Amino acid sequence: MIIEKPIVSEIPGTAKTEQRAMALDVRKLTKIYPTPNGEYVVLRDLDLQVWKEEFVSIIGHSGCGKSTLLMMIAGLTSISGGEILLEDRRIEEPGPDRGIVFQSPSLFPWMTALENVMLGVNQVFPHATKAQRFEIAAYYLDKVGLGDALDRKASALSQGMQQRVGIARAFALKPKVLLLDEPFGMLDSLTRTELQDVLLEVWSKEKTTAIMITHDVDESIFLSDRVIMMTSGPAAIIGDELDIRIERPRLRKDVLERSSYYEYRRHLINFLEH
Amino acid sequence: MTPMKSISPVLKKYTPPALAIALFLMAWSFGAKQIETSLGQVPGPAMVLDQARILWQEHVAERQKAREFYERQKDRRAAMLEVNPSATVAAVSYTGKPTYVDQILTSLKTVFMGFVIASLVALPIGIICGLSKTVMRALNPLIQVFKPVSPLAWLPIVTMVVSAVYVTNSAWLPKSFLISAITVSLCSLWATLINTAMGVASVNPDYINVARVLQLSPLKKTFKVLLPATLPLIFTGLRISLGVGWMVLIASEMLAQNPGLGKFIWDEFQNGSSQSLAKIMVAVFTIGLIGFVLDRIMVELQKRVSFERVHA
Repeated sequence: MIIEKPIVSEIPGTAKTEQRAMALDVRKLTKIYPTPNGEYVVLRDLDLQVWKEEFVSIIGHSGCGKSTLLMMIAGLTSISGGEILLEDRRIEEPGPDRGIVFQSPSLFPWMTALENVMLGVNQVFPHATKAQRFEIAAYYLDKVGLGDALDRKASALSQGMQQRVGIARAFALKPKVLLLDEPFGMLDSLTRTELQDVLLEVWSKEKTTAIMITHDVDESIFLSDRVIMMTSGPAAIIGDELDIRIERPRLRKDVLERSSYYEYRRHLINFLEH
Repeated sequence: MTPMKSISPVLKKYTPPALAIALFLMAWSFGAKQIETSLGQVPGPAMVLDQARILWQEHVAERQKAREFYERQKDRRAAMLEVNPSATVAAVSYTGKPTYVDQILTSLKTVFMGFVIASLVALPIGIICGLSKTVMRALNPLIQVFKPVSPLAWLPIVTMVVSAVYVTNSAWLPKSFLISAITVSLCSLWATLINTAMGVASVNPDYINVARVLQLSPLKKTFKVLLPATLPLIFTGLRISLGVGWMVLIASEMLAQNPGLGKFIWDEFQNGSSQSLAKIMVAVFTIGLIGFVLDRIMVELQKRVSFERVHA
């Protein structure tokens, strides 16, 4: 017997919006830094919408304010104007509903890999039993390929392994949105490729809404559903955006064989060069 | 590999210091012969070594005497109880003069006490200064002014205050001991305070961000993030504090007449026998060696607690 899936919406025309529920709504976001020579406007009236379960990359030249944008979503940088809504609630301060993977792994070096992840898990699931919390932390560490390194001190791990822990720590919070701030920027290219695969694998299981800052064109195409291109500052806004219509699961080898991949690439590079 | 080659790195490591020490001893014994003081010739290495041996023998003899004293007392007591089982026999403790080793132990106790007081004061204040720029700004002038004050300047004040406040003169905590310990802490707490404050204030901002994202409570943030991150710097501070404390101790013991190494030196100086200078030199080497060992202990502790490599 075949049980049909219930229809999400009975009203015609709303099906699409129902499927694409808004996760994050950035409205007229402005960031101004006071300097001795007057105000410096980093972002002005920037609008951005991110849908649930969407993976969005933000690409732009260094110093264009893309990291500032991400840190404002994280709540770590104050907002000068406009607002950010996460599932219809205004962002006022940082919180574990926005898991962050920082550019430098930012692990506590005096803790083991497990303890680093557990610190967050304990905060988010205070009512779970110790065994359950351990299970969550160990699960994600295993997913990023560190099942055998739970008890290694973070300071004894290589940069790549540290960033794996960083990814596990962010996913283990079960955040509403995952914020990745050039997560692979400090890694050599081989490790970077490896970690992109790891991230993609964990992400495709979790389908956490994700926003990634990067300046790597290939990385942005390979990982995202949509690439946002930011104009160079000051007063940066979103200059262009590109939907990446490559079906998932994606395999690097297959993606590289597509002609559309090179069209996307040309489009992005063209934007960045002008 | 030939045996010669495997020895060479060891030789390379130990030859220069061995040579330097040999040269120093030669220069010392030569120089000592040239100077005649009112206490006789300046002692050379051989005389100092001789005095060290004598001090040790005196210590052993004194301990033997103490043992015999207690033995005699026990026997006497047993004899008295045999005659009259209900007799109360007061126990008398041995009152021989403190030996050189006793004086070393007193000094160690004093410096430890001073160090503990200093740490108990400096650590909390340091953490608060590190957390709050306002508190730091408020306390900074006081810290900067009091930091360079010599123990000799503090001592009279501490002596008067302790004498006024601490009236009971118990055998467990003599006044002179307390005065020396407090003077030590007044001079040594600054390094710990400043290092702790600097360490807390300069914790990697990424760590703070992680703590903010995880919404750690202030208490959890302090004990899980700030303190572990600051521990290496705190221990650097503690290490400097202990070194300063040990140096200050000798001076304050001289003046406070706390029965330690400082008093030993002062007494020998006043005593002015022909062995005095040699004994004082024994004390100089003792002070140096103990200071060195204390520093090593701190380095080992620092390695234990810190997540970074310690360069020492």
